[in-house]
Amino acid sequence: MSGPNRYLPVLACALCAFLLPALLAATKTAYLLTQLTMSAYYVLASLGLCLLMGYAGQISLGQAGFFAIGGYASAFLSKANLSAFASGRIAGLLEHVGLLVRGADAYGNAILSISPWIAFICAVLLAAGIAALIGTPVLRLKGHYLAMATLGFGIIVERIVRGTKDLGSADGLSGVPSFPILPGLAVAGGKALRASNFTIAWLVLALGLLALVNLIGSRAGRALRALHDGEEAAGAMGVDTSRYKLNAFVIGAVYAAIAGALLTHYNGSIGPGEASFMKSVRYVAIVAVGGMANLSGTLVAGLFLNFLSLRGVFGRFDDAVFGTILVLVMLLAPSGKARGRAGSRPGLPVFRRRGDPGG
Amino acid sequence: MPLELVLQYFLSGLIYGCIYAAVAIGFNIIYNATAIINFAQGEFAMLGGMIASTLAGILPLWLAVAAAVALTSISGVAVERVFLRRVARSGVLNTIVATIGLSMLIREAALLAWGESVRTLPFFSGTEVSSVYFLGAHFSPQVYWVAGATALIMAGLTAFFKFTLMGKAMRGCSANRDGASLCGIDPDRMVTIAFGISAGIGALAGCVVAPLTQTHYAIGAELAIKGFTVAAFGGLGNSFAAVLAGLALGMLESFSTVVVPEAYKDVVTLCVLLALLFAKPTGLLGSRAAATLKEY
Amino acid sequence: MPFGSLAKPAVLCAVFLSCLSSAYAADPIKIGAIFGVTGPAAYLGAPEDRTARMVVDGINRSGGILGRQVQLIIKDSGASPEKAISFAKQLIEEDEVVAIIGPTTSGESMAIKDVCQKAGVPLVSCASAEAIVDPVAKYVFKVPQKDNYIVEWLYGTMNKLGISRIGVIASNTGFGNGGKAQLEKYASKYGISIAISEVYDSNATDLTALLAKVNAAGVQAVVNWSIEPAQSIVAKNMRQLKMSARLFQSHGFANIKYVQAAGEAAEGIIFPCGRLIVADELPDSNPQKKLLAKYNADYKALYNEEASTFGGHAYDALAILKAAIESAKSTEPDRIVHAIEGLKDFPGTAGTFNFSTTDHNGLLMDSIVMVTVKRGKFTLYRGD
Repeated sequence: MSGPNRYLPVLACALCAFLLPALLAATKTAYLLTQLTMSAYYVLASLGLCLLMGYAGQISLGQAGFFAIGGYASAFLSKANLSAFASGRIAGLLEHVGLLVRGADAYGNAILSISPWIAFICAVLLAAGIAALIGTPVLRLKGHYLAMATLGFGIIVERIVRGTKDLGSADGLSGVPSFPILPGLAVAGGKALRASNFTIAWLVLALGLLALVNLIGSRAGRALRALHDGEEAAGAMGVDTSRYKLNAFVIGAVYAAIAGALLTHYNGSIGPGEASFMKSVRYVAIVAVGGMANLSGTLVAGLFLNFLSLRGVFGRFDDAVFGTILVLVMLLAPSGKARGRAGSRPGLPVFRRRGDPGG
Repeated sequence: MPLELVLQYFLSGLIYGCIYAAVAIGFNIIYNATAIINFAQGEFAMLGGMIASTLAGILPLWLAVAAAVALTSISGVAVERVFLRRVARSGVLNTIVATIGLSMLIREAALLAWGESVRTLPFFSGTEVSSVYFLGAHFSPQVYWVAGATALIMAGLTAFFKFTLMGKAMRGCSANRDGASLCGIDPDRMVTIAFGISAGIGALAGCVVAPLTQTHYAIGAELAIKGFTVAAFGGLGNSFAAVLAGLALGMLESFSTVVVPEAYKDVVTLCVLLALLFAKPTGLLGSRAAATLKEY
Repeated sequence: MPFGSLAKPAVLCAVFLSCLSSAYAADPIKIGAIFGVTGPAAYLGAPEDRTARMVVDGINRSGGILGRQVQLIIKDSGASPEKAISFAKQLIEEDEVVAIIGPTTSGESMAIKDVCQKAGVPLVSCASAEAIVDPVAKYVFKVPQKDNYIVEWLYGTMNKLGISRIGVIASNTGFGNGGKAQLEKYASKYGISIAISEVYDSNATDLTALLAKVNAAGVQAVVNWSIEPAQSIVAKNMRQLKMSARLFQSHGFANIKYVQAAGEAAEGIIFPCGRLIVADELPDSNPQKKLLAKYNADYKALYNEEASTFGGHAYDALAILKAAIESAKSTEPDRIVHAIEGLKDFPGTAGTFNFSTTDHNGLLMDSIVMVTVKRGKFTLYRGD
C-alpha cells in the first residue's frame, strides 16, 4: 500500500475498537461481540501469514502450529501450580519480584502460579525461538518442498500436543485463567467483560496492522517485495534474501503466537484442533481470498469469514463453503500469468489495489 | 526382539508402504505433466473405495472395482478440464491452495452422498478372518492383492511410458512443452490424460486396500498428506523413488512402534522427512537435473 | 349501572387472558444443542443430531412441554472446542435458550463447562469424561455411563473367564484416553495385570504392527477402547495375525455398523454397554424396555438405520430436560436444576437415572450389561 491511505485500516480498527461496543449495545446486539473478538485474533494470525506468504512469497502450511505453540505454552504456564515449591527460597524471591503470584482456584484451593504476563512473554518467545531455529533450514527449500516442510511442522506440533498427557492429550487444556493486562482490564470470557475484551482484541489487531503497514512501507518491506518478485535478482541487488525471509517467518510466527495466547485466555481453553492442518488451510485461504499481498484484503476477508463461521451461519457446510470460496477465488484469478512467475495477485477484484504495479 | 516380531513389523511396513507409494505415484504423474501438486489425489483414492463399496452390492466385485476406477478416472479428467486448467497458470502457491480447496469440496460432496458411516469392500480372496503364513509372518491374503496391485501399477506405467506412443508423447511434453507441441503433440490433452491415469491409479489403490483399512468420506486428507510426504521424500516427479520412499517410510512407521509410543509415530516420520529435506532439498533420489527433466 | 361498572374490568380481563394464551401458545421453549455432526466425531454427533430432531418432533406433536412448543436450535461444532464455546455463548446470550444439550466430545464439554456454569444455564452433556461432573458444577450434568463402571463390568467378566493378563490399546481421543486411564486404575482391584498399554492414532487404518507387539507380550485378552472404525480393524487384524487372545471392546462398539464392517471377525467379541441394542431380549418387566423398543422402532422407521447407544444420549438429555421442566412447571434455570436433581428411577436409554445434588450423572453399575456378537447380531452375553 502506498500513500497516506495505507493507515486507513489501522484507524478503522482502532475506531471500531471503541465505538462498536456502544453501537451494538444500542441495537441490542451486543452478543455479536463474542464472535467479533474471536475473529480478530484469528485475523491477527492470518496477517502474520500475509506478510510471509503475500509479501515474502514463502508458502507456509503450518501457521496453525505457531498459533498452538503460543496458546498451549501460555495455557500450560499460567495453569501450572507451583505450590509444591512455595516454601523454597527461589520461589520466595520470584514472588517478591512479582514473577510468581499467589491466588486461589475456582474451588478455593491455594495456588502459586506464574504471573500471566511472564507466561505470555515466554509463550511468544518460545514460538519466535522455534521459528528462528527451524526457519533457516526450512526457508532454503523451494516451492512444494517448502510447503511440505511447513506442513510437516504443523503436523508435528499437532501430534505432540495431542499425544502429551500434560498438555491435556486429545481434550486439550481447559480452565485457563484470565490474563490481567492492566489493573482492572483482563482478557477473559465473562459476559460482563465482553465489551472490554472486544476493545482489547481490536486494539491489538490495530497495533499489529500498524506494525505491518510500517514494515511494508519501509526499506525492509521493499526488500521483501523485491525478494518475492525474483529472489536471484534481489540477491544480485544486494538484498540479504535469507535474512529477510527468516525475519518474515519469525514475525509471522510471533503474530500467530500472540493471537493464540490471547484467544486461549479469552476462551479459557485450547485443544489440539487449533494446530491442525485444516486450521492452517483456513489461514492460507483467508490470505488467498484477500489477495495474497494485501493486508486490508486479509483483514476484511478474515473478519468476514471467521465471523460467519463462528456464528454457525454455514451450518454443516462450513468446510464446503471454505472449499468453494478457495476454488472460486482461484478460478477468478487473472489469466495470462505465466506459470511460476512470482508476484501474481489473485483474489476478488475488490481487494486488488488500485495502481498496483506489476499487479 | 524375536525374529517373528521383526518379520511381522516388516510386513506391516510393507502394507503401509504400498498404500503410500500408490498415492505418491499418482502425485508424481500429475507433477510431471503440470508441475502441480494435486492435493485432491487422496480424494481419488477415497472415491475409488466408496464407489466400489456402493457398486459391490449390485455388481460382481471385479466389475465394481473396474467401474469405480473408470468413474474416478472420469472425475479426474473432469476436475482437470473444468478447473485446474485455469488455475495452473497462476503459480505454485495458488495451485496448492486451489487443489486443497478442491479436495475439501470433494470430501464434502462425499459426505453428502454417502453419509458419515464407515464402509468396507469384501475381501478379494478369503474373508475378514483369513490368514496366510509366509516368510514367518501372518497376514491377510488381501496383502497379496495390495502388493500385486502396486507392482502391476509400476509395471503398467513403465510399459506405458516406454513403449506406447501416448506414453512417449507425455514424456516429451513433460521434458519440453513447446518442443512437444511443435512435434504435433497437444500438451493440454496430455495433461488431461495424466489426470485420468492418476485418478484411476488412486482409485485402484483405494479399492485394493479398502477391505483392510475400511473407507469413509474423510480418509482422503490423511492419504494426501502421507502421499505428498512420500513423494517429497523420494523426490518429486520420480515414481520409482516414490515406491522406495513409500516402503522406507512404511518400515519407519512400523518399526518406530518399538521405541516410540504409537501416538508419536507421525512425529518420527516427519522429523526424518524434515531432516532429509534439510540435507537434500530435492528429496532422496531427486536432483535438480531430474526435476527439470521431469521423467515420470 | 351494574354492567357498566363490570364492563371495563371484564374487557380488561378478556384482553389480558387472550394475550396470555396467545403469548403462551406463541412462545416456544428454546433448547440449544451443540453436536459434532460433521468432523472427526461424526459417528457420534450425526446420530445424536438425528435423534434430537426426532425426539423434539415427537414432543411437539403431542403438545409440547407445559403446553408450549419446543424449538430446538442445533449447532454443528464439528467437534471443535472453540466453535463450541462460540455457539454456547451464542445460544445463551443471543438465543436465550433454557438449557443446552451436548456437546458430543469431552474436550468441547470441558471447554464450555465454565461458560454454562458462570451463565447459570443448565448443560446436559452427551460426552463421557468424568471431569464434566467431577467436581460437580451446579448447572452441569452428563448422561453417558461412568467409564469406571464400564471397566468394572469388563474386569468382572474377565475374572469369571479366568483372564488375568491383558493388553490395552486405546485411540488417541478423549474417549480412548479416559477409558485407558480407568482400565489402568482398576486393574489391581480385580487382579488383572496389564502387560502392555498403548495409544494409537484415531485415524489408524492398520494396527498389525501394534497388535504384533501386544501379542509378543503374551496376553490372554486384548481390550480396545475407541469409538472409531478402528474398532473393526482391530477385530480383523487380530484374526489375520492368528492371535489366540480374546478381544474385548468398549461401549463404543455398540453400533451394528462396526459389526458389519468387521464381518466374521466380530464373532465372539464381548463388551459392556447400555441395554439399547439388546432391548428385544429384555423381560417385559424391565423399566427401560418399552421406551427402548419404541426408540429403536421410531429411529429405524425414520432414518432407515439401526439406533446406536450414542444417539441414545441425545434422547436421554431431552427426556430428562422435559421431565425436569414439567416437574418444576417452570423454565427457570435454578428450578430446572433442582428438578433434575430430584429425578429418581427415571428410565432412559442408557439406564435408569437417579440424580442428586452430588450425583449429576445418575447412572450406576446396573445400567450396564455385557453384550456379545453371535451370527452378526448383538445379544446378551450369558457366559461362554
